[in-house]
Amino acid sequence: MPRITYIEYNGTRHPIDVAVGKSVMQGAVDNNVPGIDADCGGECACATCHVYIDAAWLDRIGRPPAKSQEASMLSFAAVTRPDSRLSCQIEVTEALDGLVVRMPEGQH
Amino acid sequence: MDQTILIAGAGHAGGSAAAMLRQLGWQGPITLIGDEPVLPYQRPPLSKAWLTGDETAESVALRPAGFYAAAGIGLRPGSRVTGIDRAARTVALSDSEVLPYDILILALGARPRRLPVPGAPLELRSVSDADRLKAVLRPGTQLVIVGGGFIGLEVAASARALGVDVTVIEREDRVLARVACPLLSDFFQSHHQARGVRIVTGAEVAAFEDTGVRLRDGRRIACDSILAATGAVPNDELARAAGLACENGVIVDLAARTDDPAIFAIGDCTRRPLPLYGRMGRLESVPNALEQAKQAAGLICGKPPPAPEVPWFWSDQYDLRLQIAGLPFDATAVAVRGDIAAGKFALFHLAPDGTVQAVEAVNAATEFMGGRRIILRRKQLTRARIEDMSISMQELAA
Repeated sequence: MPRITYIEYNGTRHPIDVAVGKSVMQGAVDNNVPGIDADCGGECACATCHVYIDAAWLDRIGRPPAKSQEASMLSFAAVTRPDSRLSCQIEVTEALDGLVVRMPEGQH
Repeated sequence: MDQTILIAGAGHAGGSAAAMLRQLGWQGPITLIGDEPVLPYQRPPLSKAWLTGDETAESVALRPAGFYAAAGIGLRPGSRVTGIDRAARTVALSDSEVLPYDILILALGARPRRLPVPGAPLELRSVSDADRLKAVLRPGTQLVIVGGGFIGLEVAASARALGVDVTVIEREDRVLARVACPLLSDFFQSHHQARGVRIVTGAEVAAFEDTGVRLRDGRRIACDSILAATGAVPNDELARAAGLACENGVIVDLAARTDDPAIFAIGDCTRRPLPLYGRMGRLESVPNALEQAKQAAGLICGKPPPAPEVPWFWSDQYDLRLQIAGLPFDATAVAVRGDIAAGKFALFHLAPDGTVQAVEAVNAATEFMGGRRIILRRKQLTRARIEDMSISMQELAA
């Protein structure tokens, strides 16, 4: 299984093996990683699974298309940056083995 | 010695509270008592993907089965709390067992409101309800949905996708009467009608019959099956019997405390302060369940109280995503941003002083997110500025 490292705002690292086909958000929620709230359960309705994608991975994962639901939600998420993504919208594939995502200071 | 936490109710609120307590470092025993036979799960898909797709109790579970044992959270599925002895700090379970607690979290939820008329229609609250409903949604059959709220309309959309003939019966003069403004009701009503849903407003049910619904005005609407989606009532009887303050919901403060310091209450069963609006209210929503779970878990674990959130709701119907932020308690004016006819717009509800109290956004996520921020900051805006699309949401919210 691809390994994804979730890094909390306080620096705590959570390396987790996430099954292919799950979302990066589900990998965190299933393992009770603090810092990803995912209030809406993956519907791209709440922007509380916001993460920053490690620079080395940003090109491979890409940014959400302009005017997409995700881009719109991110436009007002807590502390949005150019490397922001909603982790419910990133599907885990073998190619994501080694991905590192960092959490913002808060999700609300 | 570690204190024991019992959580009565294993829905979205109870299940999340258990997980959050562990996230915040709670070391003591936690036991989650729920009357359903399955792990805590998300209810929102039950009116949508559960009916139209292949969701299972596993795929909608809040967390996977192995999580609870790994996190040291005890599970008592298929078990119900039948009484609370506050002096002894124990609860009695439906199987007669008695469990002690140091801290009790009531996450008892709500149940479908039943109309005081004869007959036994389908209801929708649990996965077993959803299974029963799914079984009757066969193409070409006729379904009557009593109640034009979120659940009723979401099921109408799902049923249409499955080729079911749908009639919605609503007591008020418009659908979504309790949760949306007239402009939004009109929009949703037209959208459903354009997709073949018959909507009968201003109609009260006299009886649910085997082959149809009889209305008080004498009309009879024939159908193969009936879903009653007429709201929910909070499960506050246990708290009431235990002498806790209740008023159509267990009364709690902003840390989800009841008037017994050892007992918290969270989610649909509560009546809570709404600090942005200076009043108490009952919020039936997942975000509310999670916010109150966070409040309780935070206080129990000695964390600073979380900042109040703007209440919000969402509903998916056909190609429409409705997101509502805030509650328009004192609103006297509405500003329309975007194009209602194009199905992409937001309605901003303004109090007399121009404070934005609520935003209803249809396929307009930027307006929803910006609206949440504007409401949280109690910002005042004019109709003209809101409706001017040359002013960006970023600018409006700044």
